Amino acid sequence: MFVIPSKSFICLLAILAGFVLGLASPSQADEAGLRSLIGQFSTGSGFSDTEKTIDDIAGYSDEAAVPLLRALADGTLMILRTDRTVVIAKEMASGFVLNDPLSLEKIGEGVAADLDKIKIKNSLRRKITDAIASMTLSAPRPKVRLKAANDILNRPDVALLEAVEIALSVEKDSAVSSALSAAKAAIILDSDRDEAEKLDAIKTLASKGGRDVATLLSRYQATTNSVTLQAAAQEAMVQINETLAMWQVGQNIWYGLSLGSVLLLAAIGLAITFGVMGIINMAHGEMVMLGAYTTYAVQEVIRNSAPGLFEYSLLIALPSAFLVSGAVGLAMERGIIRYLYGRPLETLLATWGVSLILQQTVRTLFGPSNKEVGNPQWMSGAFQVGEMLITYNRLWIMVFCLLVFALLLFILKRSSFGLQMRAVTQNRPMASSMGIRTPWVDAFTFALGSGVAGIAGVALSQIDNVSPNLGQSYIIDSFMVVVFGGVGNLWGAFVGAFTLGIANKFLEPYAGAVLAKILILVAIILFIQKRPRGLFALKGRSVEA
Amino acid sequence: MISKFLFRGFERRINYVLAVLVIAAALVPLSNLVLDPSNPLHIPTFMVAVFGKYLTYAMLALALDLVWGYCGILSLGHGAFFALGGYAMGMYLMRQIGTRGVYGDPVLPDFMVFLNWKELPWFWTGFDHFWFAALMVFVVPGFLAFVFGWFAFRSRVTGVYLSIITQALTYALLLAFFRNEMGFGGNNGLTDFKDILGYNIQTDATRAALFAASALALALCLLVCSAIVNSKYGKVLISVRDAESRTRFIGYRVEHFKLFAFTVSAMMAGLAGALYVPQVGIINPGEFAPANSIEVVIWTAVGGRGTLVGPIIGAIAVNAGKSYFTAAFPEFWIFALGALFVAVTLFMPKGILGLFRQAMNKSRRHDTSTNPGLLKETTPHPEAAQ
Repeated sequence: MFVIPSKSFICLLAILAGFVLGLASPSQADEAGLRSLIGQFSTGSGFSDTEKTIDDIAGYSDEAAVPLLRALADGTLMILRTDRTVVIAKEMASGFVLNDPLSLEKIGEGVAADLDKIKIKNSLRRKITDAIASMTLSAPRPKVRLKAANDILNRPDVALLEAVEIALSVEKDSAVSSALSAAKAAIILDSDRDEAEKLDAIKTLASKGGRDVATLLSRYQATTNSVTLQAAAQEAMVQINETLAMWQVGQNIWYGLSLGSVLLLAAIGLAITFGVMGIINMAHGEMVMLGAYTTYAVQEVIRNSAPGLFEYSLLIALPSAFLVSGAVGLAMERGIIRYLYGRPLETLLATWGVSLILQQTVRTLFGPSNKEVGNPQWMSGAFQVGEMLITYNRLWIMVFCLLVFALLLFILKRSSFGLQMRAVTQNRPMASSMGIRTPWVDAFTFALGSGVAGIAGVALSQIDNVSPNLGQSYIIDSFMVVVFGGVGNLWGAFVGAFTLGIANKFLEPYAGAVLAKILILVAIILFIQKRPRGLFALKGRSVEA
Repeated sequence: MISKFLFRGFERRINYVLAVLVIAAALVPLSNLVLDPSNPLHIPTFMVAVFGKYLTYAMLALALDLVWGYCGILSLGHGAFFALGGYAMGMYLMRQIGTRGVYGDPVLPDFMVFLNWKELPWFWTGFDHFWFAALMVFVVPGFLAFVFGWFAFRSRVTGVYLSIITQALTYALLLAFFRNEMGFGGNNGLTDFKDILGYNIQTDATRAALFAASALALALCLLVCSAIVNSKYGKVLISVRDAESRTRFIGYRVEHFKLFAFTVSAMMAGLAGALYVPQVGIINPGEFAPANSIEVVIWTAVGGRGTLVGPIIGAIAVNAGKSYFTAAFPEFWIFALGALFVAVTLFMPKGILGLFRQAMNKSRRHDTSTNPGLLKETTPHPEAAQ
């Protein structure tokens, strides 16, 4: 940090140092040089000096100066009266917060009387925009260049044409290069070049595609006078919108799959308990909620005792949630449900009572407000596929959901426990006669279903609010999935969940989120009339089974 | 003919309750309006309003008992019929506000002015007449129940499946009524009522009259239900509950019996809702919440399902308990309610009346079970076990 006793001398030195060492670009010297240039704002007076300084900074071509120039254009670059330091001042309720113009770190606070604004005018603003554009266009990181090119595409400025052309001629990165040519085309459309060149520009834009280009072209079509250009823009827009519509379908499918995987996770445990034992477990949603709260508790413990493990918190939470929910489920089965076998409606009421108790218990222990469950690094962020945005947490949840499904399928079809479960489902008295301990199978099936609900809670804690009411918001949807898919068959739940998810997301753009949900509910109610046992009904000989 | 039909409803236990209700309808308003507040027999207005509310709840529980207790249809959506009846009444009360609303629009209710609507939606026409609203109180829930039941019973959706789709029904209605575009006041519902039939809704006299109306309506519903279940039709209903397939194989059109009971029950629930709204002064989509409908089931179960009298006792007892607990130990009420669900299903499947009868039988040492609702159902039929 500079203390500035004899400014001019040090400035001179610094400029020299900057010029000599700048080419070898050791960042220390770079920064020093830049700082001395910034210092000129405080020594100079009048617009011409400011303009010269801007030019100097632009010549320096260091992207670190971009925020500073933006601040200058916005009028937040100020000079501290006491020691003539240049700062970026942000106005707050209590006064100004002063930040260093390069590092952007907070260096103090001040009031309006301490600060002199560096005055600028419109022609200077133009100059600043150009300087920022040329600096970012030649920035070393491709990401910065790409953003700069896209910024120009969205706000084309004829003055930047030359800069864009120069940048395009030296650009090596193909993505940046394509963005730059689109930016160039956008500028050409605004410029006074001839029609042939503009037609070419429209073609370039059409091949680039995307939402931004579509708005740009529609704006252009409305303002241009030339009929040929209008037609060309129209054609390009139709082409772009077709592609966009396709991507939109893709995006909807993705959203639908994502919603479907959430539904499947929430419903799969229910499919097991309902399928094998015919028990409607109204407390199923609370098992999911318990799983989410277990995640919260695990993260709290990790935060307090071993912060390094935070990235693995979900992996630790998974078995914990399975055990917690599974144990509660086991206790429920042994304590209540087993006395109610053969009375499904009474079971429904008793489990509803349990769900109330569990909710209130959690509310008493953790408080009624939402708890924040952190996303580990690998679950946050998003990436782009064409025009589709895919977030990592949704992606991981889908992967996780499929894993859980596969694992359960394996347990049901390949393990001896699964064999016993299926035997009990298909013919309880016969299974019992063959020596299967049906009460034991019942208890552990219920525990398994509850445990799976618990691990669903771990996943859902990443995308939903963790509150005592978490389970309530999933319970009806889960029932719909199971009833729609048909009981006693995991594939029924699978198909049901993804069908409902995708149908919901395709209806949403036309009907709105709430109406889409209502339509789905009505559709299921009607569907049940047609197939009272769901899509994949178990075949049986009993009259009412 | 109707009197002959209703006459069949008179039965000892029913008679007691009918007498109590009629006496309450006469005495409670009298005590509230005539006696001096310092008199120990005076009933304060807030108590009149609270018990009036309980009576409408009791009517709802009675309606549910007709389908659940006597026909085996566990509806988890009876709150929807209740709320629809309430909305029909609410719409009438909204139209009575006239120019006294915040915006002073003579035709449009406040929320429509707020949403910048220019004219009344078509489905609000007619609700400025009491007779029309009163008709709709029965027609709307009845029609919905008829259509829903027509589809559901004809395709033989039974047991838990039926319960779940009734729950889906009320959930769908909940979501729908939350939408402002529906034209029912969205989130806030209908409120800020002024007059009913020209009488100020806030006065003690109106409140007392509403209480009396609720008590008499409940008495009438009880009589109708009792007549239904004691008729030949009622016997078939019970056989549907206990062995649906067998009844069908004997030659009865099971779905017709169920549909009739379901529709009548929905209309009764609608009437309950219509009496509920002027007494609490608001109706909003929260009444459609699935949790509310399940709570009705527990009132019925606590009192004793399939007894007609039991649900009335259960609804009043549970709600009185709720009022007490939520005031005294607000944290504790949900625990108590949850425990009630579990305890009733596990330990007293026949409710309070069942316990009472058990105690009586023990002391008298003989079984006088003549009431069809309390037929021995200790061993569940194999069909029901599926």
